[in-house]
Amino acid sequence: MTFPLYDNGMIAGLLVGILFGFVLEGAGFGSPRKLTAQFALRDWAVFKVMFTAVIVAALGLWLAQASGLIGAKAVFVPTLFFWAIALGGALIGAGFAVGGYCPGTSTVGLFSGRGDAAVFIVGMLLGTALFAALFGSLERLYQAAEGPKGQTLMDLTGLPSWAILAVLLIMAVGGFALGNWCERRFGGPVTADEVIADLTVHEGGPGDRDHVSEPAQPNDRQVIAS
Amino acid sequence: VHDDEEEATMSPRPFWPPLLAGIMLGLVLLLTFLLTGHGLGASGFFTRATAAAGGWLAPSATEASAYLGPYLRGNPLDSWISWEIVGVAIGALAGSMVSGRFRLALERGAAIGANERQIYALIGGVLVGFGARLVRGCTSGVGLSGGATLAVAAFVFLIAFFAAGFLVTFAARRVWR
Repeated sequence: MTFPLYDNGMIAGLLVGILFGFVLEGAGFGSPRKLTAQFALRDWAVFKVMFTAVIVAALGLWLAQASGLIGAKAVFVPTLFFWAIALGGALIGAGFAVGGYCPGTSTVGLFSGRGDAAVFIVGMLLGTALFAALFGSLERLYQAAEGPKGQTLMDLTGLPSWAILAVLLIMAVGGFALGNWCERRFGGPVTADEVIADLTVHEGGPGDRDHVSEPAQPNDRQVIAS
Repeated sequence: VHDDEEEATMSPRPFWPPLLAGIMLGLVLLLTFLLTGHGLGASGFFTRATAAAGGWLAPSATEASAYLGPYLRGNPLDSWISWEIVGVAIGALAGSMVSGRFRLALERGAAIGANERQIYALIGGVLVGFGARLVRGCTSGVGLSGGATLAVAAFVFLIAFFAAGFLVTFAARRVWR
């Protein structure tokens, strides 16, 4: 059997989708408060989970290639269009900070019962339609500064894969240490208990008075703000 | 009534430790590469959904659109990414249900009201939808999956994404305080 299977059918899509959704929900990424606390430095789960996943998958792909399980150019590598990716990446970061989600996590939020995720998704459809409407005048920006097709950090720097992976591993260890320090300093990380308890307070149901505990640690949050 | 109270006070299970969640996500991503030859994604589904909604609300304008028109000519359920997102929905629903973290509610910072939260969610969604079309992908497709292939494009994306996120949060920290 040769890998990748290049199976793009329904079963493969459903299977990896279910696992993807289950893991994102488990990480707490259906909660916009937990997600956005990354940018307030109070909760580093977004950095920790993404960086760990990138390293695990990159290491796995490297081993799969080194052992001959998959070929050298067997998997899709995105191509750099510098201005479109830098500007679009900044818009996604800004929209994530204001709206609380990205496309994948908004799906997780919606199916964890969050109504604000539904509103965010309507916004995404409008943003996509706006892009399509302006596509004619955006096309030059869209194609500008195109890099070599499927360029990797190894192609760019001339370094071998193991050296790039080692640098990423060192950055991850440093990032985890810095993240842990910030989380202690700013009263994080955001827990499931805190997220759910505050939901009840905000929604104002019959059980409201049982939860007058109010937003936990207002002082800690002030620290981030200042 | 008694059952409702039970549900409202059912305490949620803790989120997974980030290191464990990251390792699991990395293994799911690796499995995706081995099965399909590409990584995970999300925004591609919303492009197809926009084309489908446009084809329904404004058929001639959508058909004439150089960007969305081609999507109308295919069946959206034919595409791998649509099934993947259906899977994400099932996985998230199952995960939040079994862990007691499912709640029908708006989630927002303590300093803003429900209406304000919905306005910010809409604005954020517009920015993300527009940005993802410029990038040709999103946090999942370019940031995470591209990152795993050590693509230059992914690291340009991640730097821009985090820089803008920190900047906007600093300017608008009231939203999530």
